[in-house]
Amino acid sequence: MKRLQRRGFLACLASVIALPAAWSTGARAQQLRPLEPILGALTKGVPVRTGRVTLDLPQLADNGNAVLLKVSVESPMSATDHVKSIHLFSNRNPVAEMANFYLGPRAGRAQIVTRVRLAGSQTVTALAVLSDGTFWMDSAPIVVTLSSCMDES
Amino acid sequence: MAVRIQVVPPRPKRGEIVEIRVLIQHNMETGYRTDMVGGVIPRNCINVFSCRYNGAEVFRADLSPGISANPLLQFHTVAEASGELEFSWMDDRGKQDSERARIAVSE
Repeated sequence: MKRLQRRGFLACLASVIALPAAWSTGARAQQLRPLEPILGALTKGVPVRTGRVTLDLPQLADNGNAVLLKVSVESPMSATDHVKSIHLFSNRNPVAEMANFYLGPRAGRAQIVTRVRLAGSQTVTALAVLSDGTFWMDSAPIVVTLSSCMDES
Repeated sequence: MAVRIQVVPPRPKRGEIVEIRVLIQHNMETGYRTDMVGGVIPRNCINVFSCRYNGAEVFRADLSPGISANPLLQFHTVAEASGELEFSWMDDRGKQDSERARIAVSE
């Protein structure tokens, strides 16, 4: 009798260990993937520099369904020197290109606030395209406890 | 589709940068969820949004399922003249909607 309990306990323990593994391989678990090919389609070989762009993102999100995100770009936003567009990328979501925002000198300030869905812990990247043809980016890592895109509700 | 729009400050001076906050009621269906019988719920997101200020486009966005349900958008524009801000958007099913807001610019 005592032996049976021990065996039952071991079986239970094994299933607990195996469960997260089964989850992560099943359904729509996304692997982290490089963004270079996606960025390359936009930049067409022009080097992307780091700086000028600030991506504000919480370090930890309890819920990936709505994560508040702010992108600001240092720019005078004049007719000759302004931000043309801001692009948001995820390296884990099923759709890597989350959003494109098109601005112009009439925006006055190159700053966008929105809420994004994140399918798990990952790095979010913001790319800014300036009127002088340069590309600037910033990335921010985020830990997402409960990821979006996987719920069945 | 209900929408809430805030223009901050509501009575800007000419040349002042105003913040525009838009909150649209839309579930931004991802296309990855299943219904109770296991069928895939088709994707239905707002895919394009634009803001026109007295007829001239000042902001445009391409959205995707990566944007949360009930999308929030905050952006800026320079108050140039009193008039109207027109916001329009369309979802994957082709449903279009729009909303207008007054902007009163003081000298």
